[in-house]
Amino acid sequence: MSALNIKRGSTSHSAYDLRDPYAEVIETHTLAVLVDNESGVLARVIGLFSGRGYNIDSLTVAEVDHEGHRSRITIVTRGTPQVIEQIKAQLGRLVPVHEVHDLTVEGPAVQRELALIKVSGKGEARIEALRLAEIFRANVVDSTLESFVFEMTGLPDKIDAFAELMRPLGLREIARTGVAALARGV
Amino acid sequence: MTRADKGLMTGAQMIVQALKDQGVEVVFGYPGGAVLPIYDAIFQQNDIRHVLVRHEQGAIHMAEGYARSTGKPGVALVTSGPGATNAVTGLTDALLDSIPLVVLSGQVPTFMIGTDGFQEADTVGITRPCTKHNWLVKDTEKLAETLHQAFHVATSGRPGPVLVDIPKDVQFGEALYSPKEKIRTHYQPKVKGDIDQITRLVEMIEKAERPVFYTGGGVINSGPAASQLLRELVEATGFPITSTLMGLGAYPASGKNWLGMLGMHGLYEANLAMHGCDLMINIGARFDDRITGRVKDFSPTSAKAHIDIDPSSINKVIRVDVPIVGDVGHVLEDLLRVWKSRGRKVNKDGLAKWWKQIAEWQAVNCLDYKNSEKTIKPQYALQRLEALTKGMDRYITTEVGQHQMWAAQFLGFEAPNRWMTSGGLGTMGYGLPASIGVQIAHPEALVINVAGEASWLMNMQEMGTAMQFRAPVKQFILNNERLGMVRQWQELLHGERYSHSWSESLPDFVKLAEAFGCKGIRCSDPKDLDDAIMEMIRYDGPVIFDCLVEKHENCFPMIPSGKPHNEMLLGEADTQGVIGAKGAVLV
Ligand SMILES: Cc1cc2nc3c(=O)[nH]c(=O)nc-3n(C[C@H](O)[C@H](O)[C@H](O)COP(=O)(O)OP(=O)(O)OC[C@H]3O[C@@H](n4cnc5c(N)ncnc54)[C@H](O)[C@@H]3O)c2cc1C
Ligand SMILES: Cc1ncc(C[n+]2csc(CCOP(=O)(O)OP(=O)(O)O)c2C)c(N)n1
Repeated sequence: MSALNIKRGSTSHSAYDLRDPYAEVIETHTLAVLVDNESGVLARVIGLFSGRGYNIDSLTVAEVDHEGHRSRITIVTRGTPQVIEQIKAQLGRLVPVHEVHDLTVEGPAVQRELALIKVSGKGEARIEALRLAEIFRANVVDSTLESFVFEMTGLPDKIDAFAELMRPLGLREIARTGVAALARGV
Repeated sequence: MTRADKGLMTGAQMIVQALKDQGVEVVFGYPGGAVLPIYDAIFQQNDIRHVLVRHEQGAIHMAEGYARSTGKPGVALVTSGPGATNAVTGLTDALLDSIPLVVLSGQVPTFMIGTDGFQEADTVGITRPCTKHNWLVKDTEKLAETLHQAFHVATSGRPGPVLVDIPKDVQFGEALYSPKEKIRTHYQPKVKGDIDQITRLVEMIEKAERPVFYTGGGVINSGPAASQLLRELVEATGFPITSTLMGLGAYPASGKNWLGMLGMHGLYEANLAMHGCDLMINIGARFDDRITGRVKDFSPTSAKAHIDIDPSSINKVIRVDVPIVGDVGHVLEDLLRVWKSRGRKVNKDGLAKWWKQIAEWQAVNCLDYKNSEKTIKPQYALQRLEALTKGMDRYITTEVGQHQMWAAQFLGFEAPNRWMTSGGLGTMGYGLPASIGVQIAHPEALVINVAGEASWLMNMQEMGTAMQFRAPVKQFILNNERLGMVRQWQELLHGERYSHSWSESLPDFVKLAEAFGCKGIRCSDPKDLDDAIMEMIRYDGPVIFDCLVEKHENCFPMIPSGKPHNEMLLGEADTQGVIGAKGAVLV
């Protein structure tokens, strides 16, 4: 077969995306997706992720405009830059999707997650749990003589850290909402 | 006042009305309990023709053939449960090939949904991943609006199949009809391309030494005007052009800049031009793996531009330098305008050298094969079919396999919408029903399905439909008594262990034709072939043509899976031990 005498390795560069296109680094991005709150819309979004093999680290959804029947889905996902771009493009082409925002690149954003954490124990452990809760600004929303339910909001890392500390002190159950996020400023 | 005076209609009547308002002429369908009210409404009118199929998969492929050959959406109607599940393969096929379809399915009444009712299936759940969008209509008041929206979504942006699931009580219910003009929708994909990016591409066109147009199904999707603009652009720039399987006919096969199809079974000159170019202009194609081969080595020295209406097609597989999101027709219009206004420049010296190089590749004559006096070579059969039908008002459909690739290599397409094939899904059983759909749309035309016997058997029941609706489709079966494409891979990849790629007990196709009431022709001698083909063409009615061909012919050229373009196999001599273990993993 006649080989072509050409050099390997593209010499061309995109002027529009300054990240290395072939970077294999895994990035975490938070996406806000505004959708019509019609039946099946969540299944459609989740099906897209599972069908195409994308990751979902966390997902929250609720109707945010009752008159316009719009819901806001916040998704935390992971992937190479190319995969993240694909995810946004794939979301954007779904018919009930109005807007897709990548809060990780569009400027600073506030991110919060709410967690309910049940801890049971007596004596020293119980006191220690309460003291740590104070440091983490967790509120007690239920208590018995042998248990607390703490409520806390914050970044997922903070919740993870608190949960880790509670583990030896009698962590029973934890319920987390997943991340809600908004861009800062107007 | 009567119901009608008040503007009230039943859901079933609305369906018929909405189809009329959308300009639908034909519906391909199959009745059942959950769609009886719709069938009743169809019975009481004469504007919309209903074609009764023999299997719902057939209905969807017919609608696809109808759509691809007319540019209009195809419409199918199926009942709940098994009717809907039988439609799934066709929907997936249409999704992968971007074919606009509106499929209506019946559903159990709303109050029975979720009870495992008779013939209940979660149709919107099942079809969600294989439609562009789908709807379950729970209220007659919403029905007309949803149907209009369905046509809008199927045909806007990147076309695709949509499904509307309609419970039986919604078909019986009454409400006001909302006309087509009233729909409100935010779904408006962008058709105009970014002018700065278009200008960047023009600058590259002006300088390129080794450019190539790589065109695809998107040009066909965009409509005949896009093909016209493409031709103008190609003639004016003098650049070479190749196309995917899905884009054949957008640029005429007789055009002087035509390199032939590219890809796994594409032409040597087309693939080497793609490999060695310095500017690749992708127009409505999606860098499919049949095209790119090993992604890492794909066209390593080129700058790449990509015109596509679907942002998710861009940078999905191959990183491009100039992404242009928009409709082919709109973008080419702007591109031509900008390029002309800047003085119609191209790099003449570079181009002359490039064409010289291409001429050397063309001289390899990659489609060459060893003909035989005794047995019909499949390539020869297609060459004769081409010679004897050239210039006729001809439409070709295919099944899937070697015959499909040979058809793409040996038949020439001069116009868009004349070539219907299952590219993305590769659905055996597509071609026969698709040919009927094409024939229903073009009753006077010559419609030929180039088939392999194994594929053809998958939906052969549709010959009954062809007979009933007097669709004189010609079934040109290249019968190698093998699952030829599978056999070829087993020969090249799996040490000639022919595991289950040979079907015994094939039917006698001539007798089968007689059983259906149509004409059967058998031909096994190359000397009789021309007469037999002419007999097929002249016969006024459906024909099953059993063309007994060489049983072990391989389809070349071939780029083995996992290999770059410049490691292409041209013929038997090249095939020893070529596909490594890594390539064997790929399909
Ligand atoms: C056995 C077998 C072998 C095959 N071998 C080959 C082969 O050798 N060579 C080959 O080419 N194919 C081959 N195929 C087909 C292949 O699998 C793909 O289906 C085909 O290559 C895809 O064609 P395409 O890129 O034109 O995309 P299509 O599937 O036609 O997609 C069209 C693209 O255009 C875009 N588009 C749609 N409408 C518009 C518009 N109005 N404006 C702008 N963009 C638009 C879409 O978003 C999409 O990205 C084979 C198939 C089978 C079954
Ligand atoms: C529904 C379906 N099942 C299986 C396949 C895998 N497959 C691809 S080509 C082929 C053989 C086709 O044989 P035939 O129709 O006789 O055509 P030939 O290759 O011999 O021309 C098979 C089994 C497919 N494409 N579609």
